Amino acid sequence: MKLTLKIWRQKNPKAKGNFETYIMDNVSPKMAFLEMLDALNKRLVEEHKDPVAFDHDCREGICGSCGMYINGHPHGPVPAITTCSLSMRYFKDGDTIWVEPWRAKPFPVIKDLIVDRSAFDKIQIAGGFISVNTGAAPEANSILIQKKKSDDAFDSAICIGCGACVAACKNASAMLFVSAKISQFALLPQGRVEARERVRAMVEKMDELGFGNCSNTGACEAECPKEIKLVNIARLNREYYKAF
Amino acid sequence: MEKLISKIPDGPLATKWTKYKASVKLVNPANKKKLEIIVIGTGLSGAGASSALGELGYSVKTFCYQDSPRRAHSVAAQGGINAAKNYQNDGDSTYRLFYDMIKGGDFRAREANVYRAAEVSNQVIDHYTALGVPFARDYGGTLDTRSFGGVQVSRTFYSKGQTGQQCLLGVYSSLNRQIKKGNVTMYPRREMLDLVLVDGKARGIIARNLLTGEIERHAAHAVVLATGGYGTIYFLSTLAVNSNASAAWKAHKKGAFFANPSFVQIHPTCVPQLNEFQSKLTLMSESLRNDGRVWVPKTKGDSRPANDIPEEERDYFLERRYPAFGNLVPRDVASRATKERCDAGFGIGDTGLAVNLDFRDSIKKQGKKAIENKYGNLFDMYKTITGIDSYEEPMRIYPAGHYTMGGLWVDYELMTTIPGLYAIGESNFSDHGANRLGASSLMQASGDGYFILPNTISNYLADEIRVPKISTNKPEFAEAEKTVIERLNKFISIKGRQTAASFHKRLGKIMWDYCGMVRNEEGLKKAQVLINVLREEFWKDLNIPGEYTELNQELEKAGRVADYFELAELLVTDALDRNESCGAHFREEYQTPEGEALRNDEKFAYVAAWEYTGEGKPHILHKEELKFEEVEMKVRSYK
Ligand SMILES: Cc1cc2nc3c(=O)[nH]c(=O)nc-3n(C[C@H](O)[C@H](O)[C@H](O)COP(=O)(O)OP(=O)(O)OC[C@H]3O[C@@H](n4cnc5c(N)ncnc54)[C@H](O)[C@@H]3O)c2cc1C
Ligand code: SF4
Ligand code: FES
Repeated sequence: MKLTLKIWRQKNPKAKGNFETYIMDNVSPKMAFLEMLDALNKRLVEEHKDPVAFDHDCREGICGSCGMYINGHPHGPVPAITTCSLSMRYFKDGDTIWVEPWRAKPFPVIKDLIVDRSAFDKIQIAGGFISVNTGAAPEANSILIQKKKSDDAFDSAICIGCGACVAACKNASAMLFVSAKISQFALLPQGRVEARERVRAMVEKMDELGFGNCSNTGACEAECPKEIKLVNIARLNREYYKAF
Repeated sequence: MEKLISKIPDGPLATKWTKYKASVKLVNPANKKKLEIIVIGTGLSGAGASSALGELGYSVKTFCYQDSPRRAHSVAAQGGINAAKNYQNDGDSTYRLFYDMIKGGDFRAREANVYRAAEVSNQVIDHYTALGVPFARDYGGTLDTRSFGGVQVSRTFYSKGQTGQQCLLGVYSSLNRQIKKGNVTMYPRREMLDLVLVDGKARGIIARNLLTGEIERHAAHAVVLATGGYGTIYFLSTLAVNSNASAAWKAHKKGAFFANPSFVQIHPTCVPQLNEFQSKLTLMSESLRNDGRVWVPKTKGDSRPANDIPEEERDYFLERRYPAFGNLVPRDVASRATKERCDAGFGIGDTGLAVNLDFRDSIKKQGKKAIENKYGNLFDMYKTITGIDSYEEPMRIYPAGHYTMGGLWVDYELMTTIPGLYAIGESNFSDHGANRLGASSLMQASGDGYFILPNTISNYLADEIRVPKISTNKPEFAEAEKTVIERLNKFISIKGRQTAASFHKRLGKIMWDYCGMVRNEEGLKKAQVLINVLREEFWKDLNIPGEYTELNQELEKAGRVADYFELAELLVTDALDRNESCGAHFREEYQTPEGEALRNDEKFAYVAAWEYTGEGKPHILHKEELKFEEVEMKVRSYK
């Protein structure tokens, strides 16, 4: 396939940034999207040009490192996958592909497609844990948990912290991300003990860091690669009101 | 003079750890705050250790190269984590878990360490459960388990196909709690580029801030490496692509012995390579072999779609060769059997480098729903990559580099041969011998970090309480920093034509071809020559744009590849030196008439610990004899 790439290039956080055009010949439909960027970078380096910077590590959709807008969608046009899992078989010869970093105020651009998502860690540090010291845990089976509850907690717990939900939201709200963690712990007896303090601390931190309000548009759910559901946000709201 | 003192406590195996803990020197709580510890890595071992040390009151500084500790490679583990709970009443016990690991490792691991890993496994599960890790449960609300390769009990706890992610998010949460309390300071996007020794003791590191390029000095009373494995030496592997050996290698060059580097596990069930720009190979969890049957056509070159090949024309080669364990033989055995069939021309697909993993019979028996419940996300993952629906037709799989049993040599206390330098998790060599059993790495990494290191490190730190905060103005720091900067500038000044990744790819190919699943003397000698030639080319023709004083991902890669050249050489030397087959190390010259590994206990029942002696000089081999007091060394048979 022959493709035209329009990629956002920005030297550093302060630089203005602009789209550069690159023509890619011979792209195989069997390549992954990031492998296509690898191929571009190889060429750029060989031409003594600055390669495109982007975050990535596991390349199998689980670490949450990768993330970029592809043709206007966080993680690209295919639902329920991360950028690194996007195959080039979804594109066709002659396509023009627009590639941009997450655009959200709490995630400033560092370089090209890399953004600073440390705000997510800060929210987790504020309260995303169960206070139990090493060695203090009771025997695992002494805590009985309904299978359904446990499965639901798992479904919330699989958030990879990629930030697509924030990038997708016109208010840059982090509600889906925060609600996933709150839900996981709210559904489990181990997490109930400090549920009130947790939800207050995390929400307060989220607001402090400049994430916007949730207006229930659902863009986050639609773009989340792990299909984290909006019901989590409803649960977060309930937990929050209960906490005062 | 023998430099290897393993410090194994006396007494019966089952009481060693208890006895050790009862006699270990302790640090008074008031003194702990004054003691600083650097931990490199935030996988299960590193984040676990950081949290536990923080809880104890030490001042901890933790580093990782990702933008967040939550992304450490442990996140990618799929299948599960072992513990000897015996919840299934199927005869499991600490002893059986220990024995399975010793046997699985083909009698090349240290008894006392392995026993201890099994011993703390139950506490690990208790702890994760208390942290809110959503392990799979049964309808009565108790924890569920499943079976993994190489064993006949069901002891693997799991969270669908995301066990590593769930455990890692568990340790990440406990790490965050300590960060909030101010006991741990987190340094993400940092790469350790050298270890600093002062008066022979590990006292700090030189790190590069990957965002700004700034070179930083960090000092501490002790340093813990939790930097994971070096499977990406094959370029294509199941590991996260930025995984590397550099921290361990730098420590090695400063005096930490490197043990059994050639013990590398090649995982049998991975998605085969699809294109020439492929950057990684995705693992399909071993748990799939619980219900999937591995087969190839009985006729060479049979190109019919798998579903059109009738039962009697299929060769279920694992079930045929290993009737007792069938599809659940250990990984090394399954990988070699797969390679054997493909090399013999029975492989499938365009390349002939693939075999079927078929769920047809299980779906018929248990229903699609049951299979979906167990492996839904793995089937989705396979479909995302290949576009193939495995509920309808078999998965295609082929082996790929996966786990490194080798690593820094450590004693019973997990200390390397450098005083004050520890290695935990995959970065050490200690618990898996020549082959690791499934689901035992998460268990070991967690045990090392949460339960073992926090106990053993106090034995060292108790004597350090009078040592004031280490200053980074010491000449040793300046010296190390200078060396680091010189090397970074050297990469940049070559100004050749080829990228670091292209060298990495070629190095990986050499390693895969000559030092992969099957090795022989001729091939290994050839590899030595090829590695050398390529390494020279690297130092002449490498092309790194930009400067070291800025974000520079190409430069990061160059450093890692340069270290891999050196490690590759040692890996091949070790493989050549070990004139036997054991576990994942299969030397063609040493096999039974049926093609099984032929161990030589008389000559090789030792850990090969290699000492670095200087640039271009040969390594010196130190042998730690393995004494088996509790178990009898048997031929490892899964027939
Ligand atoms: C695909 C896959 C699936 C697996 N599935 C299972 C399973 O089901 N069960 C099981 O038991 N095991 C499994 N394993 C193995 C297991 O995941 C690993 O062995 C284990 O997680 C290693 O943990 P660790 O703490 O030692 O290191 P890692 O989790 O690898 O973490 C390494 C850390 O070190 C940091 N680091 C490395 N170098 C530097 C440096 N120079 N400077 C700063 N930081 C550095 C990294 O940032 C990272 O934080 C699997 C492995 C793979 C590849
Ligand atoms: S909720 Fe979804 S989109 Fe948001 S960080 Fe988690 S996985 Fe990413
Ligand atoms: S690189 Fe890990 S999720 Fe994409």
